[in-house]
Amino acid sequence: MNFFSLPSKPWIWSFAATVIVWIVTVLFTGGASAFGLSQAALTFASFYVIVGIGQMFVITLGPGNIDLSVPATMTLSGTLALKLMDVQDSMIVVGLLVSVLLGIAIGIGNYALIKLLRIPPIIATLSMSFIVQSTAIWANRGLRIKPPEVLANFTTSTLFGIPNVAIVALILSAVAWLLLEKSIYGRWISAIGQSMFAARMTGIPVDGTRLVTYILCAALASICGYLLASFSGGAALNMGGEYLLLSIAVVVIGGTAVAGGNSNIPGIWGASLFMFLVVSMLNTYGFGAGFRLILTGLIIIAVILVAGGRQAGR
Amino acid sequence: MKLSSGTIRLIIPALSLAVLLAAVFYMQPRAMSYTGLNLLFNLAVPIALATVAQMLIMAVNDLDLSMGTFVSFCACVTATFLQASPAIGILIFLGAIAAYAAMGVIIHLRELPSIVVTLGMSFIWGGLAVLMLPSPGGEAPGWARWVMTSRPPFVPMAIVASVVIAVVTHFLIMRSSFGVLIRGVGGNFRSVERAGWSVIRIRAGAYALAGLFAVLSGIALVGLTTSADANIALRYTLLSIAGVILGGGEFVGGKVSPIGAVIGALTLTLAGSFLSFMRISPDWQIGAQGAILIVVLALRLFLNRLEKREKNR
Repeated sequence: MNFFSLPSKPWIWSFAATVIVWIVTVLFTGGASAFGLSQAALTFASFYVIVGIGQMFVITLGPGNIDLSVPATMTLSGTLALKLMDVQDSMIVVGLLVSVLLGIAIGIGNYALIKLLRIPPIIATLSMSFIVQSTAIWANRGLRIKPPEVLANFTTSTLFGIPNVAIVALILSAVAWLLLEKSIYGRWISAIGQSMFAARMTGIPVDGTRLVTYILCAALASICGYLLASFSGGAALNMGGEYLLLSIAVVVIGGTAVAGGNSNIPGIWGASLFMFLVVSMLNTYGFGAGFRLILTGLIIIAVILVAGGRQAGR
Repeated sequence: MKLSSGTIRLIIPALSLAVLLAAVFYMQPRAMSYTGLNLLFNLAVPIALATVAQMLIMAVNDLDLSMGTFVSFCACVTATFLQASPAIGILIFLGAIAAYAAMGVIIHLRELPSIVVTLGMSFIWGGLAVLMLPSPGGEAPGWARWVMTSRPPFVPMAIVASVVIAVVTHFLIMRSSFGVLIRGVGGNFRSVERAGWSVIRIRAGAYALAGLFAVLSGIALVGLTTSADANIALRYTLLSIAGVILGGGEFVGGKVSPIGAVIGALTLTLAGSFLSFMRISPDWQIGAQGAILIVVLALRLFLNRLEKREKNR
């Protein structure tokens, strides 16, 4: 019953759509924006990709698995890391370590709630996100702290024309791809997503695998929050807001099965670039915020209609 | 004494509401009055309506992530079209309800995940709301204002409205044959299908009914706030899901409880007031709401275990 293994790989679509949107946008400006647009798209898509990969691992676990604490985790990690680093260049690595540790802690908390209270992941991660968001509000008091200069320069500059954050996102995707395709862990999460019962019967450590997945998702969200706060010159309480819907949207548009058990990393890149380019295309053509939102929604629904669903996650 | 499982399901939500209410009264005795109760529960009416709408979607094993943006959209329609030219406003609402029914049909036909479809729809509703009201404004229709601010004798409007919502939806979902069918689709849609019913029609009906309740939620909200804005009800997506779960509903299996859902919505509203009476710093209010949610769910787990132990005996 797996239609995704047909020759037309699902991620082809998101890349094809990305190229079309890119061409349409560049044509409008007479080619003048080609380079700048590509760079901006790569930069912003990288942030979507980093959270998207984490969300993808969670969604692969099967129906009902979604991490809603991503935005709160990003905000808290960005806030705490900047506060800790306190504009000192020497603290950059410590800040990164702390934000990763924070992600690990939130991931453990998420799974502890899911497992101990036997509540659906949506509600567990939602309750968790309330607590995390509160902590972020409390921590964000006072002046807006700037990121250390070296770090700020790193996140905003490029290497051979490619934004540094894009390189980071590429490395993370490569690692994620290895994990997913070449490691036993990747086989395990796919197996759990296809049938948790069958996975348990074959002796796969289901609980351990799910725990690691939730930790991975929260840690990636933390890293994204750390980078995004440094990139935008400080942490803001609403900085994670749009990433809740986006993280789910890029995974689904990228061709990962929402019912779980079948994931796709190249597709996340295609979908992330696509989501950013659509918004900038509509901006270039002078559409207002309302039309932009409506068209984004129509595109998401059109993609899911075309890509089709198999026995879905409901 | 023999209790039905439906009654047991209601104990925890009712108990948590009672405990919270007692705590609020203890801390602020002046709340124990007509005006006090009205203030405490006023905002619960639109939340209860949105929770019932979410419950209908959850009864057929789906989840509506666009509830908040849709209620915001309805609030914007209420404050603009429904106020200025009621006929057009009603037409828009009928169209929106039809869109909900169509959503149910598409989700059923193509076996799409409801989470993704409603996610896409949330962008569309949000966009339409921004087009209508780019900045906060509009005006509440006189009748909506009158209904929401009327003062019936002895019992405040907020309580009367909540009881009416609970009773009406209870009969609709738990007692009518259509309600049984909706829950049947959530429980086992194949057996409903084999019994000769059209599952696609039932799902469309459930979605349309959910759309209707969400529309009412938008109208009620504007009746209270007197104006609208495109982001007015974004919290409702999460609040409505949490309300259904607090009220004893389940994500799958068609296990829902309308009375529980209304109680869940009241509890969530009261939790907000309770925290401000506790003088908890505003920083921690959202976090404390999360903690309350976790505590109630832990209690429910405990009660479910007791129930199972009784059965095994």
